[in-house]
Parts: sequence; structure tokens; C-alpha cells
Amino acid sequence: MTAPMVRCRQVRKSFGRLEVLRGIDLVIERGQVVCVVGPSGSGKSTLLRCLNHLEEPQAGRIHVDGELIGYEERGGRLRPLPDARLRRQRESIGMVFQRFHLFPHRTALENVMEGLVAVKGVRVADARKRAGDLLDRVGLADRAHHYPAQLSGGQQQRVAIARSLAMSPKLMLFDEPTSALDPELVGEVLEVMKDLAASGMTMIVVTHEMGFAREVGDHLVFMDDGLIIEEGPPREVLAAPAHERTRAFLSKVL
Amino acid sequence: MDRTADERVRTAGPAPAGLDTPPANRISHPVRPGRWLAAGVVAFVLVWLGWSVAVNPNLHWDIVVDYQFDRVILDGLWVTIQLTVASMLIGVVLGVVVALMQVSDSRILRTGATAYVWFFRGTPLLVQLIFWFNIALIFPEIGLGVPFDGPKLVTWETNALVTGFVAALLGLSINEGAYMSEIVRAGLRAVDPGQQEAAAALGMSRAKIMRRVVLPQAMRIIVPPTGNQFISMLKTTSLVSVIAGADLLTVAQRLYLTNFEVIALLIVASIWYLVLTTVASIGQYFLERRFSRGFGTTVPGTLRGRIGRNLRFTGSAR
Repeated sequence: MTAPMVRCRQVRKSFGRLEVLRGIDLVIERGQVVCVVGPSGSGKSTLLRCLNHLEEPQAGRIHVDGELIGYEERGGRLRPLPDARLRRQRESIGMVFQRFHLFPHRTALENVMEGLVAVKGVRVADARKRAGDLLDRVGLADRAHHYPAQLSGGQQQRVAIARSLAMSPKLMLFDEPTSALDPELVGEVLEVMKDLAASGMTMIVVTHEMGFAREVGDHLVFMDDGLIIEEGPPREVLAAPAHERTRAFLSKVL
Repeated sequence: MDRTADERVRTAGPAPAGLDTPPANRISHPVRPGRWLAAGVVAFVLVWLGWSVAVNPNLHWDIVVDYQFDRVILDGLWVTIQLTVASMLIGVVLGVVVALMQVSDSRILRTGATAYVWFFRGTPLLVQLIFWFNIALIFPEIGLGVPFDGPKLVTWETNALVTGFVAALLGLSINEGAYMSEIVRAGLRAVDPGQQEAAAALGMSRAKIMRRVVLPQAMRIIVPPTGNQFISMLKTTSLVSVIAGADLLTVAQRLYLTNFEVIALLIVASIWYLVLTTVASIGQYFLERRFSRGFGTTVPGTLRGRIGRNLRFTGSAR
């Protein structure tokens, strides 16, 4: 039996006095698409950012693919991982941000090439070929030489997805990938994510798109106030939420 | 159908194709007497000033012509150019280092950087220059060896080491480093923190994030004010005349102390300063245009306007 892709145990995180995560337990199997929903300020994004150690949790353990994230355990004590090993961990976990964060001084193609060249040390010619293939996969082969400022929000987000995929990650994190988009551009990004899910990628998606959660998600996690309140198959949770707070939230967004 | 370029442009516009374009609007602009009066006054003053300068016998234009390409003046000009370029280069390097210290996680590095900027921006450059020139009064000897009065491997006489040129270079570049660090820091802070996160999430090291992601974007913010600093530095070098820096103003002064042609030689120096700042302004214009490419922004104003702005007196700022 192989380890689950993600295992969080009693993860806690606070900013100053504010407790954002108050003990998160979560197991995600390989190939699952997990949608995380909940009101803003419930800790969804912070949980996602702990998974690739952009935020350091203050307590608890996070394992991705059986590997403890951000720390090494020696003699019962945790020590921060050396930079090089943390970078190796981040390399295998793709992240897509709400506001895309493409590199504005590089073209779409160069954005996708950047990780291959600067992190993996792939030769430029090979990186260009692979980046071209990935842009083709997200339907943007004809925009390869455009700068981010010349692309629509939906196109930028698709480039950002291709940029993450270039690193051949085993896990993809999406932090509200469609929240900054004009309504008519949401569909094209969700379409790319749907294809990715169908290819067997393990995905964690923080989202407000309940339609996507119902249609593509294997598992739905509802968070409120730093805790997981309820989780289960999306259709069941959305149709018949067991918890009062889930019902209250869903009645507002559906 | 054969259509002229003009027609194609018109039909591509918002007006529906096939309709005749409406006749041009006739707009009669009101006469503005105040503006005409002001223009007349300015024109009169300019002509009057030009005439009185041209015919004024005290200005000794013949002497100006004699000395404009004088060997001694050209040597001074060369020193001014060397001082400007060298101080700016050292200043930019210092500025980048100090700016990186200021955004570092180490409190000691941040404090050191802040103290440096505080001290060198807080005292007049003129005072700093005189200090450097008289550094031998504080440290008569400079040596390599064990710190805190330990044994020395080699020592030098400070006075032999710190010539007028060296003192000028030290004063100008260390002072410039303090100003440049603020410019670089502003550039670094202007880059969205999300950029660093996106790069970190890809697995890039901190050094690579700085070099490949942050600095290239900060450059767009850093280049224009650095151009201004360079042009300002061309004129600021004249301060080193107080420590016999052998620059353009120093040699002009040395000449007029012997031949008493004060005004003529100051005009000679001024003409050269104008030439230098004009050339630098043109360079700055093209540099900025290059760095803003791909970002959808344009350099504001024209080349001529840029030159005019840079020639304004800015020396009092320091």
C-alpha cells in the first residue's frame, strides 16, 4: 500500500494573535481532485500555502508523497530543511495563484521555460520545445510570443498553469484560480483544469465555483474559522450538507 | 474595388461604412490677449539679454574662444568625466549592496545599511569632501594587518595614498551610494511580492529569484532616476574644486587666478558643463525608451523637453 499524496495532521498556523488554522487533519489520495470551499478568512488559502511551505505552520506535520514538508525530523525534533532540499520539494508541487503572477518581463513562452531553464537546468532549445508543447496543451500556441500584459486574464491564467506543469509536478495547488477573472473568461480556465484532472493529476483547488466542484471534484472540503467542518463526495455535501455552517454558506453562494 | 488608403482608414473607424463622413467642425478659438502679451514680454527680455551679453565688453568673448579648447581646460574636462563615471559606477554598486542589506532578514545588516544612509545623506557632501581630503589628520597611516592595533603587514602614509583625486572619488562615490541605495530600494519594493512567491513556488533559489525575476523588473523603476543622478553628478563634481580635485572648475580657477579672466573662464567651464549634460540627456532618453519597451509605457515628453529639464539647477539639493 502506497502512502497518500497528502497527509496533514493537526496543522496549526497563526499570524500574531490571529489563529488562521486551528488543527487541520486531511488525507488526499493519488489522482484525487479536492475542492476546498468556505467563507473568506476561513484559512483555505493559508492551508494551501502551507502545503508548499510558502507559509510555515507552527504545529502539526504535512507529508506530501510520504515526505515531510519543510522540516526534517532528527532525534524527535524538527529542524527547517536546508534551502536546497526545500526547493526540491517545491519543484514537485505546482501552484497557481489567484492573480496569476506571471513574470511581466518575459513572454508567455519564456514564462513557461523559466522553471525548466533556471531550476531544472534544461537546455534552452529543449526547454523551448517543451514549453511550446505545454502552451499548445492549454490552447495558447498562437500567443507564445505575447507578453502577459498583452493577454487576457483567462489566457494569463492558462499560461500560469502551463508554467507550473512544466516542472512535471506530482501535485497541483490552485488558489482561487478564477476569482480574478471576468465571468466570461472563467470557463476557458476551468476547461484546462478539467482536462488536467482527467489526465490523473492530483489537484487541490480552493474555489467558489460550485459547479466545478460538483462536476470535476472527487472530494469536497468545507472550511470555516480555521477548521474543516465537513467533507465528503461533492454531490452529497452540496445536496445535503450535514452541518449548520455548511448550509448557511451554501445558501449564500448557490 | 479600388480604394485609397485614406478611405480604408475612415471606414475602419467608428462611423458605419458606406456613409459620407460629416463635414469637419468649424471651431473658432477665442483670442487670448494675456498670452500674447506674456509672449511679447518674454521675447523682448530674451532679445535684450542676448544683445547685452553679446556686446558686453566685460565678457571677453575672444578670451572664451581662446581657452575653450585649451590643453589645461581639456585636461580638467577629462578629470570631470573620469570622476563622474567612476563615482557613479562605484555608487551604483554600493547602492545595490546597501539596498539588498536593507531588505535583508538580518537586523544587523539592516541597521548597518540604515546607519550608512543616515550618515551620508545627513551631512553635506562639501563637508564630506573636506573630511576625506584631511583624513590623514585622523589616520596618519593606513595598513594591512590584525585589527585593533595588532601587528601590521604593510603600512602607507595616508597623505601619499589619498590624493586630491582619490579624496574626490571617495567622497563622491560613497555619498552617491547612499542616494543610489534609496533608488534601488524603491525599485525593489515596486516589484509585486507575488513575483517572488511564484518564483519560489517553482523552486528557484533566493539568489536566482533576485537576479532573474526581481532585479530585471526593478530596473524599469531604477534606470530613470539613475540617469538623473548621473547628470546631477556631472555638475556636482565641481564641488571638488575646494580640495584641488583637478577637475574642470579647479583648472578654470587656477587659470583665472593667474590671468584674472574670471568671467571668461567661468563661461568656458559652463559651456563644457552644458555640452556634457546635453550629451548625457540624449543618452538617458534612449536608455529609458529601451527599458520601458514591452511594458506598454512610453517615456513622457520629448527629447528636447528632457534636455531642458536636466539643465535646470539641481546642485542645491545636496
